[in-house]
Amino acid sequence: MDILPILSTLRRHKVTALLVILEVALTCAIVCNAVFLVSQRLQRMDMPSGVAEHELVQVQAVGIGKQVNGKARAQEDLAQLRQIPGVTGVALVNQVPFTNSSWNSSIKLDPTQKQATLNATTYFGENLLQTFGTKLLEGRYFNADDYLEFDEVQRDQKLRPQVVVITRELGQRLWPGVSALGKTIYMGEDPVRVVGVVDGLIRPSLFNGDASAQWTIVFPLRMSASSANRYVLRTAPGERERVIAAAVAKLKAVDSRRVIIDKKTLDEIRREFFQNDRSMAGLLVGVCIALLAVTALGIVGLGSFWVAQRRRSIGVRRALGATRRNILNYFQTENFLLATIGIALGMVLTYGINLFLMLHYELPRLPAIYFPVGAVVLWLIGQLAVLGPAMRAAAVPPVVATRSV
Amino acid sequence: MFTYYLDLALRSLRRNKALTALMVVAIALGIGASMTTLTVLHVLSGDPLPGRSSQLYYPQLDPQDMDGYREGGDPPRQVSWIDGMNLLKAKRADRQALMTGGAVPIQPAQASIDPFFEDARYTTADFFAMFDVPFLYGRAWNATDDDGKARVAVITRELNDKLFGGKDSAGQTLRVDDTAFRIVGVLDDWRPNPHFYDLNNGNYSEGEGVFVPLTTARELRLRRNGSTDCWGNTPNNEDNMEVANCVWLQFWVQLDSPSKAAAYKQYLVHYSQEQKAMGRFQRPPNVRLNDLMGWLDYNKVVPGDVRLQVWLAFGFLLVCLVNTVGLMLAKFMRRSAELGVRRALGASKRAVFAQLLVEAGAIGLSGGIGGLLLALIGLWLVRRQPADYAALAHLDLSMLALTFLLAVGASLIAGLLPAWRACQVTPALQLKSN
Repeated sequence: MDILPILSTLRRHKVTALLVILEVALTCAIVCNAVFLVSQRLQRMDMPSGVAEHELVQVQAVGIGKQVNGKARAQEDLAQLRQIPGVTGVALVNQVPFTNSSWNSSIKLDPTQKQATLNATTYFGENLLQTFGTKLLEGRYFNADDYLEFDEVQRDQKLRPQVVVITRELGQRLWPGVSALGKTIYMGEDPVRVVGVVDGLIRPSLFNGDASAQWTIVFPLRMSASSANRYVLRTAPGERERVIAAAVAKLKAVDSRRVIIDKKTLDEIRREFFQNDRSMAGLLVGVCIALLAVTALGIVGLGSFWVAQRRRSIGVRRALGATRRNILNYFQTENFLLATIGIALGMVLTYGINLFLMLHYELPRLPAIYFPVGAVVLWLIGQLAVLGPAMRAAAVPPVVATRSV
Repeated sequence: MFTYYLDLALRSLRRNKALTALMVVAIALGIGASMTTLTVLHVLSGDPLPGRSSQLYYPQLDPQDMDGYREGGDPPRQVSWIDGMNLLKAKRADRQALMTGGAVPIQPAQASIDPFFEDARYTTADFFAMFDVPFLYGRAWNATDDDGKARVAVITRELNDKLFGGKDSAGQTLRVDDTAFRIVGVLDDWRPNPHFYDLNNGNYSEGEGVFVPLTTARELRLRRNGSTDCWGNTPNNEDNMEVANCVWLQFWVQLDSPSKAAAYKQYLVHYSQEQKAMGRFQRPPNVRLNDLMGWLDYNKVVPGDVRLQVWLAFGFLLVCLVNTVGLMLAKFMRRSAELGVRRALGASKRAVFAQLLVEAGAIGLSGGIGGLLLALIGLWLVRRQPADYAALAHLDLSMLALTFLLAVGASLIAGLLPAWRACQVTPALQLKSN
């Protein structure tokens, strides 16, 4: 295929050619970055929680009036909930993954440190880890004699938990490369010893950024009905709805004046937590499709114009012996040339937009694979779009050359 | 002349229906996307209390110990009970209110409604006057009620509709968490956006249904919601929040002039020094006094995603415009012959240029109308989203005007280059080539 005649034709349509190039470049830049954003959102929505998500439900029950004996009430509640058939674990906890309401604490590795090492979330509740279904990697869960009453710890400064379980990621952040087991963390001036390491347990709210999502410490503290209201039950996935209904009935039976303020499966809670990411991803996909469609239709429109404008010269070429295939190839090559320049320019733009997003939206660098894939997609769309007009051009009969207008 | 040009434009547009449709749809899509996202941004970054916001300030102090001290660091975003009460009692501002959020169980008198939890605000008397809160019935409570820990409550119109069927309930009893409160006032519709006075429970969350004096709420130990930040090793259970080393309250002041604001900032510095001399504060005075809009800015209330969507939509609009410029250029250039005849018959360059711009404007106007429809659909879609700001996404008059300006302006700009190029044709050359 001879490129020179195409170039000399394009030189006579500089502005139009430039516009096509610009459109392809902009589309390339926006679509590449948008697709990357979508992949980031999808990846975020896949964030591991470390708990048996499909097996957990949460019921939040709050009593009216002064709660006099929260400790006894909690024991009664838990005993009742345990009786529900199909329930394999029950816990009254201070917080639950993905609920956006969290308890956090600064921690230190040395009590004389002036600046805290980091901020971690703190889970409390008897049998919390067993009920959540976290995966124990090293050490042990809590023994019965590790547990203290949360209400008493709040009142008495001398009562402090001695041991904690942390996540693998927190351990690696605090003591890179070595086991966290047996190490000491300071909560203010109070030391606690790590007795167990779990694979993961996500914090309920990601207010400090996604990087600290797994910075979690679990304390052996027993919650009372006056200090906590989140009842977590574990059951088989198919039983969840039934267990929620049964749990509400049981809790109401213990105290009829109780208000159930929330009852959901952890799957529902997770879905709500990531709904903004989901709708953003949907929106981005929509914009990408619209952009590619507009660009493709634009190429079809321009292509048609060019074909109509050059009808006579096409006729002359055909009369001089050019085959239909020659004409088809001519328009295809022309489109390929324009698309290539557009894509090259688009790649630079893509990189620039990515830099901007990295600066303002804490996005990582665009993986290199996006560039070749983006190029191939735009080439294909350009070729598909120009096919119609090109075939119409190829259909121009040689006799056109002999007509005056 | 204009009508003649318009007639010509419509004829020309009708001649090539598919192409015209493509240009109109492209502009409509671009405008629709831009307007949807701009409207959301406009609604979210609006002023929650127009006319009043410049007189409202949010003081910040730094009462923490030296642990974790960094020079130039930001003071906490809330105040402790002791500081809040000190500043409140000092009455150095024109008005001041101390507050926190919570949730209370409401026990309706009628058996047909089960007890339910309602978001509540525990605050002090000036809250209503300072934020210009409209009353439907009754009035706010006063400072005496605050001091006497009175069992009084102000409820919203919505709650009044639910519990009292919309009748004037001032003087009626409201049972809250096993305690009888006397309703003193019912608010008219009031939903400032963002929920500026307390950003802890969602920036665009709906307001509270019940308002009770802070002192009363504390005495009854009503449930608090929001954020509590503590330091040091003193116990911080619910029973000693009044003395604990914790910040958990929001404090707002009204200062009617900039000079008063400057004086108040000085007062905050003096207060910090005084507290440091007394040994309560340990850090050097570190105060902030943002006005309302400054405070929203400082807290970055507008979601980053919304800004990103605006960028994306304008990128999309740009592609649509480039697309339209290209198509219009091709179309106008193809009519070189026709334009050549017009020029040869005596039409000036200016007249041809005007004629082509009318055609471009007609496309823009149609695109604008289409874009407006798409924006309405887009906003309807946004309202169906579960985000807390979703319900606010409505087109207002200024955004409506902007849509049309944007549509016609954009397509005129898009038409300029093609029209200019097309009216450069040399009449003689065009006539000859035919």
